[in-house]
Amino acid sequence: MDNYSLTNLRELEAEAIHIIREVAAEFENPVMLYSIGKDSSVMVRLAEKAFYPGKVPFPLMHIDSKWKFQEMIDFRDTYAKEKGWDLIVHHNKEGFESGVGPFTHGSKVHTDIMKTQALLGGLNKYKFDAAFGGARRDEEKSRAKERIFSFRDKFHQWDPKNQRPELWNIYNSRVQKGESIRVFPISNWTELDIWQYIRLENIPIVPLYYAKERPVVNMDGSLILVDDERMPKELRDKAEMRKVRFRTLGCYPLTGAIESEADTIEKIVEEMMTVTVSERTTRVIDFDQEASMEQKKREGYF
Amino acid sequence: MTTKKLNIQEFLDQDQKKDLLRLLTAGSVDDGKSTLIGRLMADSKMLYEDQLEALHRDSKRIGHAGEEIDYALLLDGLKAEREQGITIDVAYRYFSTAKRKFIIADTPGHEQYTRNMITGGSTANLAIILIDARHGVITQTKRHTYLANLLGIKHIVVAINKMDLADYKQERFEEIKADYKAFVTQLDIPDVNFIPLSALKGDNVVEKGDNMDWYHGPCLLEFLENVHVSSDRNFDDLRFPVQYVLRPDIKFRGFSTSVASGIIKKGDEVMVLPSMKKSKVEKIVTYEGELDYAFPPQSVTVTLEDEIDISRGDMLVHPDNLPRVERQFEAMLVWMDETDMNLSTQFYIKQANNNTKARIDEIKYKVDVNTLEKSNIEKFKLNEIGRVVITTTKPLFFDPYKKNKQTGSFILIDPVTHNTCAVGMIIDKLGSNSLPSRITDVDKAKIAKGEPLVKAEEYIQKYNQKGETIWITGLHGSGKNELAFSLEKKLFDNGATVVLIDGSSVRSGLSRELDFSPADRAENLRRVAHICKMLNDQGIITIASYISRNESLREQVAEIIGKDRFHMFYMDADLDYCKNNKPELYKLVEEGKTTGLPGADLEYEAPTNAKLVFKPEQNEENLDAILDYLAQNKVFPNH
Repeated sequence: MDNYSLTNLRELEAEAIHIIREVAAEFENPVMLYSIGKDSSVMVRLAEKAFYPGKVPFPLMHIDSKWKFQEMIDFRDTYAKEKGWDLIVHHNKEGFESGVGPFTHGSKVHTDIMKTQALLGGLNKYKFDAAFGGARRDEEKSRAKERIFSFRDKFHQWDPKNQRPELWNIYNSRVQKGESIRVFPISNWTELDIWQYIRLENIPIVPLYYAKERPVVNMDGSLILVDDERMPKELRDKAEMRKVRFRTLGCYPLTGAIESEADTIEKIVEEMMTVTVSERTTRVIDFDQEASMEQKKREGYF
Repeated sequence: MTTKKLNIQEFLDQDQKKDLLRLLTAGSVDDGKSTLIGRLMADSKMLYEDQLEALHRDSKRIGHAGEEIDYALLLDGLKAEREQGITIDVAYRYFSTAKRKFIIADTPGHEQYTRNMITGGSTANLAIILIDARHGVITQTKRHTYLANLLGIKHIVVAINKMDLADYKQERFEEIKADYKAFVTQLDIPDVNFIPLSALKGDNVVEKGDNMDWYHGPCLLEFLENVHVSSDRNFDDLRFPVQYVLRPDIKFRGFSTSVASGIIKKGDEVMVLPSMKKSKVEKIVTYEGELDYAFPPQSVTVTLEDEIDISRGDMLVHPDNLPRVERQFEAMLVWMDETDMNLSTQFYIKQANNNTKARIDEIKYKVDVNTLEKSNIEKFKLNEIGRVVITTTKPLFFDPYKKNKQTGSFILIDPVTHNTCAVGMIIDKLGSNSLPSRITDVDKAKIAKGEPLVKAEEYIQKYNQKGETIWITGLHGSGKNELAFSLEKKLFDNGATVVLIDGSSVRSGLSRELDFSPADRAENLRRVAHICKMLNDQGIITIASYISRNESLREQVAEIIGKDRFHMFYMDADLDYCKNNKPELYKLVEEGKTTGLPGADLEYEAPTNAKLVFKPEQNEENLDAILDYLAQNKVFPNH
């Protein structure tokens, strides 16, 4: 009788598949935001499972800030092709042409123009009424309060005080024209769940997650990878080879590496269980201001 | 405690097998709820050190706990409420131990936030209700317990906190325990446990400590790790509410959903609602390969052996175990919107992957969550809870929430703002009212109030008969109508006062908006039964010939009319005779132009308790047999 029980991971998987199918059933024009990171990789796998043996019935969209690690872009293009994804790559053209970047404009302006504005531009351009994101509630305090179906107004803003009640597994998909829902199918997963799932399912991830000798520059305590020539020469000159890996992936000048020997998933988990730094602290943007993630979410960033 | 140090491979292999417990915590700002959760998380060593560091930094600035670590700060995420020092929304927390992963829905205790507790608790297996040992069982404790009960949470842990401030006294613990028990017996919660603890000092949270030697039960974490919840799901009644029709190419046609309840097995015979068509489960498909069976809450895709038209919102069930299929039901409703309820609104309703529209016909009462007292109200305001009667535009497939959370729950969406304005839990309500009854209870109340001026005996004397009902069941075309008509004539000729409730007259007038779906057929019967009842009440004999295809329908009809004046006869014609006699409808069914004809594509259950059984060819004998029967039973003539 008791074989009718699921493990934590399989229960989370079933919940995520239910959510993904619900969006496909109830929205006219959904999209899955694909950040190339490990959480996105898990989310895409869940979508593939949800519609097996069919194909995922909505496109993936990558918001390219133009400052992503080159290895991320290579990974994205390889797998999109191999798996036959319907992949949209969108960037903020005006921002890119006027040369916005973290080295010249600082992290705040860069993030706003090349990430937040680019995302909103992409969503508006294709008129998506639902957008999946790979955010997890355990990542950060303000995310802990967000619904799985998170309502956004015409300006893509989140109002934390005015969220729709969300009960059982019944999700409210009703929106007016111009409004949309951000959907977080892996809300209830923890970082450990994600790694476990990647291990269990053999999901490919960007090699940057694994430790390797890489050229890095110590910028105010953050180890920044020398990924291309756009890093100012005086910084590049300070580069040194260290065995590092990345716990999260974003724009290379804004994402600090950690020194590590972890070159397998098992070692990564072991390191994670014992390490002194939690996940998002290697992302420079979170330090900008107190409660900065909440601010960004209100503005439409995930 | 684990003694052996695992290597990472072993750790991961073990971790992978953990199950998941979702729990709700309820308590007020002052009960130390956030401190308790913070301690559970911190002491179970799942806090990363930098989060702890940030905590030390923040505690100094806005902390409320003096020099000790303010665990609450770890939890209250949003900026505004951090300044106010209260949690204002549901926040989800995650931690694991060697045995389990836990998801905590952390919800506030203030009255105005009932909405959030309801939201946080809907998926919980267990609720922790916090009580401040100094204050004991207070109004709020009752409110939280009532809400947990309403949500169908089966396990409750009453955490009697701040025992340090009650000198760790056993008497205090026992006193509170007794108070709580006295209250909780009014409700229906199968598993209630009491743990004395101090979240601040850490007694009985993760480790037992030595301040309460008199307590021999488990500490909180130990309890949470071991409580058995997997059998709380419903594995008995198969409900497979189709969420998504998967049609990647013309060859594959799959129906996907998360199994709501019951077990679906390869080869099972299943019935599709609402079409009532039957087929067999051909395959259960998943990305990992085919399964022999699937159970809740697995998300799977099934294919059927036959090509049947199935869309989102339809439900696969076992043919011998059907949910209720109705347009009307009663439910406990929680109003979640800032805007008051408007009774004339037509809401969107979402239930078991079905979307339709709904109207609230009647508010039976409001429950005061503090006193559990019931009162009458005109409309609901934010955070109010009460019992309502709801009618939907198309029939829903549901079970009572108590039996099945997945098919017994629904949300109402405001048609203008699109906000989720109310949520509901369907009530188990059987008897004659389980027929679709748009106005039954009102009717009943009115009838109950109206004292008849003419007594039953007076009618009997006047008409020389008893006002009772002759109900003839049988297949379409069986000749039951012919019998009914000639019976009316015969009785009339013999001096009886009799009314024939003719099916086609009812259909073209009183029931003209109904179709021939099972739910509408049932509703039609309910109306006929009420007419019979009224006429019988006035001393008049009624004759009704209706297919009334199964025992439960006939039971319900009998209950409305009154079992002692309900005389059921069965016209036992074989199907071929019926098809010959009235071929039109049967032909339509065969050509697929119509559905839902008992005997053809729908099962007809022959009665086992008919007073008389007839063959259609023998009309004269049949009439005589009925007249004899009526005379013997002193229905007509009454002497």
